Order: sequence, then structure tokens, then C-alpha cells
Amino acid sequence: MTQLLLNIDPVLIDWSRAQFALTAMFHWIFVPITLGILFIIAIMETVYVKTGNPEWKRITKFWMKLFAINFAIGVATGIILEFEFGTNWSNYSWFVGDIFGAPLAIEGIMAFFMETIFIAVMFFGWNKVSKKFHLTATWLTALGANLSALWILVANAWMQYPAGMQFNPDTARNEMVDFWEVLFSPVAVNKFLHTVTSGYTLAALFVIGVSSYFLLRKRETLLAKRSIVIASVFGFISVMALIFTGHGSAVQVAEHQPMKLAAMEGLYEGGQEAELIGFAILNPNKEVDNDEKPYLFKVGFKGVLSFLIDFDTKTYVPGIADLVYGDEQNQILPTEERMRKGKIAMNALIAYKEFKEQGNEEEAKLQYDILMDNYKHFGYSYVKDPRDIVPHVPTVFYSFHIMVIFGTMFVLVFLIFAWLTITNKIENFKFGKLLYIIGLACIPMAFIASEAGWVVAEVGRQPWVVQDLMTVDAGVTNISSGAVQTTFWIFAFIFTGLLIAEVSIMLKFIKDGPAKPENEGGK
Amino acid sequence: MITAEITHLFFQQYWWLLVSLLGALLAFLLFVQGGQTLIYTIGKTETERKMIVNTLGRKWEFTFTTLVTFGGALFAAFPLFYATSFGGAYWLWIVLLLAFTLQAVSYEFRSKAANVFGKKFYEILLFINGLVGTVIIGTVVGTFFNGADFSLNMLNNVTWHNETRGLETLLNWHSVSLGLSVFFLARILGALYFILTIQDENIFRRSKKQILINLIPFLICFLSFLTYLMIKEGFAVDANGTIFMEKYKYLHNLLDMPIVLASLLIGIIGVLWGVLKTLFGKNNYEKGFWFVAPGTVLTVFSLFAIAGLNNTSFYPSIADLQSSLTIQNSSSSLFTLKIMSYVSLFIPVMLALAIISWRAINKHKITEDEMNEKNGKSY
Repeated sequence: MTQLLLNIDPVLIDWSRAQFALTAMFHWIFVPITLGILFIIAIMETVYVKTGNPEWKRITKFWMKLFAINFAIGVATGIILEFEFGTNWSNYSWFVGDIFGAPLAIEGIMAFFMETIFIAVMFFGWNKVSKKFHLTATWLTALGANLSALWILVANAWMQYPAGMQFNPDTARNEMVDFWEVLFSPVAVNKFLHTVTSGYTLAALFVIGVSSYFLLRKRETLLAKRSIVIASVFGFISVMALIFTGHGSAVQVAEHQPMKLAAMEGLYEGGQEAELIGFAILNPNKEVDNDEKPYLFKVGFKGVLSFLIDFDTKTYVPGIADLVYGDEQNQILPTEERMRKGKIAMNALIAYKEFKEQGNEEEAKLQYDILMDNYKHFGYSYVKDPRDIVPHVPTVFYSFHIMVIFGTMFVLVFLIFAWLTITNKIENFKFGKLLYIIGLACIPMAFIASEAGWVVAEVGRQPWVVQDLMTVDAGVTNISSGAVQTTFWIFAFIFTGLLIAEVSIMLKFIKDGPAKPENEGGK
Repeated sequence: MITAEITHLFFQQYWWLLVSLLGALLAFLLFVQGGQTLIYTIGKTETERKMIVNTLGRKWEFTFTTLVTFGGALFAAFPLFYATSFGGAYWLWIVLLLAFTLQAVSYEFRSKAANVFGKKFYEILLFINGLVGTVIIGTVVGTFFNGADFSLNMLNNVTWHNETRGLETLLNWHSVSLGLSVFFLARILGALYFILTIQDENIFRRSKKQILINLIPFLICFLSFLTYLMIKEGFAVDANGTIFMEKYKYLHNLLDMPIVLASLLIGIIGVLWGVLKTLFGKNNYEKGFWFVAPGTVLTVFSLFAIAGLNNTSFYPSIADLQSSLTIQNSSSSLFTLKIMSYVSLFIPVMLALAIISWRAINKHKITEDEMNEKNGKSY
């Protein structure tokens, strides 16, 4: 039995997590552009087909080529992510594969295939198929890419909030009992909408940034202005939806992952009228078990956090300490108690299996009931110290605030660019140069905000690979940490090399600009 | 209870057939990889190489997507295989993944200005992908018949008993002979695809020569693989789920499932017919690809079928026989398989769309003129 309560090398966990984070963060450099720019391209091509104006075709082709450079490397990192669940998180893959595998397969069968099929037409079909067929292919590629995102985000949401399943002790895994509950879980819906709209926002800022470069250089101004009109309107709508769904996501986090919310806000002692932190500097000496002040400096708004959760400033929000040590008044079990219940569940599972093997159905049934009564604490059987359920607070806190601050700024950026291009004042704008530089600076800022969002989501839920049911220690593949360390560096080396090549190609392509009109669409 | 079990078995078999189909389609689509190893052998001038890279470049995503879907389908339908094999044979899979990662960017970056590493570098990556990708995929499928070095505990967590984590498979001649068969067949398919899609006399002539050159090692590897497969002991499973060794198991599987036997024979004939007609047919026969491709699909499909159906363990353990995986003990729950079966109805839709897209792009052969055109996308 001791074999089941695995004694996993903590170094292995760290490297396995680092490797997944590395792959995911590299992948996420390329995916958000893909998600958004495809719609922007599709809108541009629609204008071309409607007006027949070759300038719009030229604009469409220019952005399509930038998309193509970006797409290839997104795919390259994506395949590693898909298989990394198996190679590095094999125990996890079995424990939840019955639920988690389905969205991944559906992604392949329905979404990724669709994207691939129509991308071929989009890239190579300009002179081979009719204009309308080509336009349809472009829209369907955009749809396919976004459907891909849907399924993988459904899978991710399930890890944050396991729904629609039941544990089966015979197979020692969770099994799906309700597909719709998995697909339409409020966490999944919010996560999907929040993530894709973040992609749209980023892509819009990318288009605005590149166009700003042309304006700064006083080249391709027509292309730049037309691109900005479409991107800024598209971006404004997206960022508003982004903020709205961000709020929805936070409400879900409050409900299902209160520890993550507490870490996002650096909230150690909870209570009613909880404060929303606008910005703060955390006290680096603060731990859950000492009396240090949590912040060295802060700008907070009392009661606003409570209000945002359910529109009532009196709503109780638990802090990190409450979740670790419990709060009887608000019915929060101490983590130690949950660890005890988790161990009861684990022992019942082991006993169940033994009785089953002996053919003692009656005793097995008894153990089954004990297991099920305590199953929601199952993952706590792997927790060694109650303080281990606290994620790295500074990482989560700062990432969250950077994301929110940048996101809010983008609203203003879109409004200004939209206003100035729609009224055709952007070229003669008094502070034009400054504005174009801001436009350019928004590209890296958008990437930082976007990656920060994932850091909040994923670091914030540590140590859980499946919320409350499985810790990262229990989900990891049993392999030498040296092997994972080696692959980490191989991946880091290759991804960095590919990224350098990609950025270099993109910069050169942008610098050269789109093909000249007389040489329409060529390269 | 019995009914539920029978229904479950039905869906397990259905999903094994689908996985087999995806695996078979993947094997045929590996012509892209095979072709990638012939860029310099067949393309002697810059333009010839450009034509070769471009004809492959319009199809590489199909292969890639099929591989991803194949992996996804395995995860969804047989999660214990996914967990056991990927987590266990760590290095084998990592090498394969890296080979495909390098491919994905190579087409797009190869001829771009400021691509940092130069054209040749990306062509080398394409070659690595073509060689490593095909050999390893084939070798992994070989482990379906020869077993792997793992055991499972009560929670179905995998322990691998060899420190090389999967690379030891490369020492099993029988598995490797399948890997090499896939490699040489992929090259034959690649050369046939050039003949089918490129309008160029030199490429035609050299492709034909390459088909002949690769046919001989292909036949040696494949026939030794197949012969030994027919006479070797196989991993069988009885009604209680106990695994045992059965003499001539895979031969028995073929004889027990005549449709599979027919599919294998028709497949092999298709491959040979397509190749021979191209080599020795009159009037510069160009359509051999359309015999060899379906031939490959049928042959590989049959191999998958005899690996997993008819009470066979498709991923046997040589470290602990009873840890071996069968389609029954490694599958998803009945509920999940049913849900996934609804999803599988999209497969024919996607295939139909793929055919439409393929035909639209392949309407005309690639010519030197097209490559020199400034208008349009090329790699």
C-alpha cells in the first residue's frame, strides 16, 4: 500500500511543472494572435469581396502572411503540449482521461481538422477557387481555430472545476456521467469567452502596433489606416467583452477556487466588506503563519471585492489563513481536517480494492460508501502540510494586477485609435508620433498581460492539478528528474531558436512592407 | 450487466477500428515525410527542390493534423494506453514529438528572408523529420506485437522497467523492421506523389529510379516483419481478462477475421500494382500513387486490427504479463465512448471536406512557371 502513497521527488515535480509552463507559455505567444487575427483578416477579405477593391486584397494578403508565419510555430508547440499530458503527467492522464481525453479528441476531429483543411485553401487557393469559396474558407479557418480553443479550454476548465463526473473505484479514475455539464460548466463558458476575447484583443493590438510602425515611417498609410479602423473597432468590442468575462471568471474563482482569489488579492485575513486592491506592494516576509503585515503599500477600495462577487458589500470573502486554518463561523474546514478526510477516502479505496479481490462484496460496499462520503477531500490525502495548499502569492498577485491594469489601458488605446481613424485625423494628429509609439508599445504589453492571465490561472491553483482531487505530486509521471531536466533544456533551446527565427522573419517582412500595388499580392 | 458489458465491448471495438483507420490514414499521409528525405536526391536544381518542397508543403498539415487526431483519439478512447505508453516510453515519444515540432516551422520559414539559420538548415530539419518520424512511428506500432517494459499498480499508475525509457525498443529487430518498412514505403509514396503532382521530366525520371531503389529494402523489411509476425507467439486474452501467450496468435487473428485478411491481401496487391505499373507501365504512367496510397491504408488498417481485435492484447507488457493492455481494460467508460461515437460521425464530414480541399489545390500540376510567379504563396 505504501507504494500507492507515492514518495515523489520534489525536484521532479518542479522540473515537470517548469517544462509544462515553458511549453504552454511559448505556445501562448502564438495562439492568441491566431485566434484574433483570423477574424480581422476575414473581415478585411469580406470588404474586398463586397467592394472588389484590390487594395483590400493587398491588405488582406499582408496580414495573412504574417498570420502564416505565426501559425506554423503555434502548431509546433501545440503538438508537444497535447502529448505532454501523457509523457509528463501520466498518472493524471489516467485519473481523469475518461473526461479530459474527450475534449482533446474532439478538438482534433472537429476543430483542428477544419482549420487545416481550410487553411490550405486560404493559402494556396487565391487563383484556384472562386472568391466566395476563398472567403468562406477564411471564415471557416477562423471558426476552426476558435473551436480548437473551445475544446482545450473546456478541458482546462474541468481541471479547475471538475464537473459532470463520478469516481469509479474499480478503475481508480473519474468517469464522465454528464457531457453537457462538462461542456457548459460556468467555469468552462467563462474561461472560453475570457480567453478568446483576450486573443482578439491581443491580435487587434498587434495590427494597430504594426500599422503604427507604418504611420511612424510615413509608409503604407492607407493600409495602416484601414487596418487600424478594423482592428480598433474589433479590439474595442473585444476588450469590453474581455472585461465583462473577466469579472465572470473572477466570480467563478471566488466560488470554486477561493484560495486562488485570496492569492490574487493578497488577502490573508478574510471577512465581510473585503477590500479590492487597486495596486500594492506585498510584504516579502509575509507568510500564512506569521503576523507580518501583508502589504508594504496599498491602494485599496473597501467592500468592493465583496461587492464584485455578488453585488453585496457585506459578502464574506475568505482569506488565505481562513482557508488553511479553517473558519468555523463561515463553515470553512481547516485543511488538516480535510487532509484527515482525504486519507479516510484513500484508505477506503485501498480497502475496497482488497475486499473486491477477496470477493467480499458486503465489506467492499461499506468501504465504497466511506470513500464516496469523503471523496471531495480525496486530493488532500496527498497534502503533507496544510500550508502547502497556498500558491506562490506574489506571482499570482502581481500577474493579476498587471493583467488588469494593462487590460483597462487598452480600452483607452482602442477608443483613441478608432476615433482618430474614423474621423481621418490620425495622420495630422498633434501628438501623432507619441500615439504611434504607444501603439507599438502595446504589442509587448498585450503579450505580457495575456501571459500574466495564464500565470494567474495556473499558478493560482497550485498545488492542484485537479482542484481538490489530485495534487501535482500525485499526477506526475514517475521518471527521473534528470530526464525531465534534459527535455526541459532541449525544449527551451529549440523553442528559443524557433522564436528568434520567427521574430526575425516577421520584422523583416514588416520592414519590407506589403507588395506594391502594381505587383498585386505578390511576395 | 451482461448487456452493458457487450455494449461496452461493441464501442471498444468500434473505437479500435477508428483508431486503426486514423493510424492507416496517417501511414499513407507519411508520404510527406518520405518525400522530405528525397529533396536533394531527386531535386538537383534550386527550382526542382522548390517544386518538391512546395508540393509537399501543401499537404504537410494534413499529416500533422492526422497525427494529432490519432493521439487525441487514443487518449479519449484508450486513456490507459495514452498514460502508460507516453509516460513510460518517455524518450521514444519525446524524440518523435521533437521531429514533428521541427517540421511544422520548416516549410514556412525555409525560403523566407531573414530566417536566421538559412534555407539548408530547414531542409535538414525536414530530412530529420522524414527519417525519425517514420521509423519511430513504425517501431512504436511494432511494440503492439512485441510488448513493452512496463507494469501497472493498483491505481493503474505506470512503472517503466528500463532506464532508457522506450529507446530499448530500437533494439528489437522485429519492431524496427516495421519502422524501416514505414520509412521505405513513405519514400516510395513520396516519389509517387512527385510523379503525380509535378510537371517535370527530370523529377519524373529520378522519382522512378528512387521507387525502384526503395522498393528492395522495403520488401526485405516488410516481408521479414510479416513472416515473423505470422509465426510468432502472440499476446492473447481470455474471457476473464487473463493474458496468456498463444502460438501463431496473429495468424489465427487473420484467419478468424477473413475481412481483415482480405484487406491485408488487397492492400499488399494495391501497393505492388501501383509500384510495378509506375516502373514498367507504358506511356509514363503517373497515377501509381492512387494504388499505393489506398493499398497502404488497407495494409496498415489490417495490422492494427490484428493487434487489438479478436481477444488480443494491443499493448502487451513483457515485464508483467498481466499488466498488458487490451481494448477492454484500457478503454474509456461506456458513457464516454458513446459520446465520442457521436463525435466520430464528424469524421466522414471532415474526410469529405479534406477531399474537396485536396482536389481544389491539386487541380493542376506544379510547374516551373508557377514557382517563378510572383503572385501567390510559395514556400
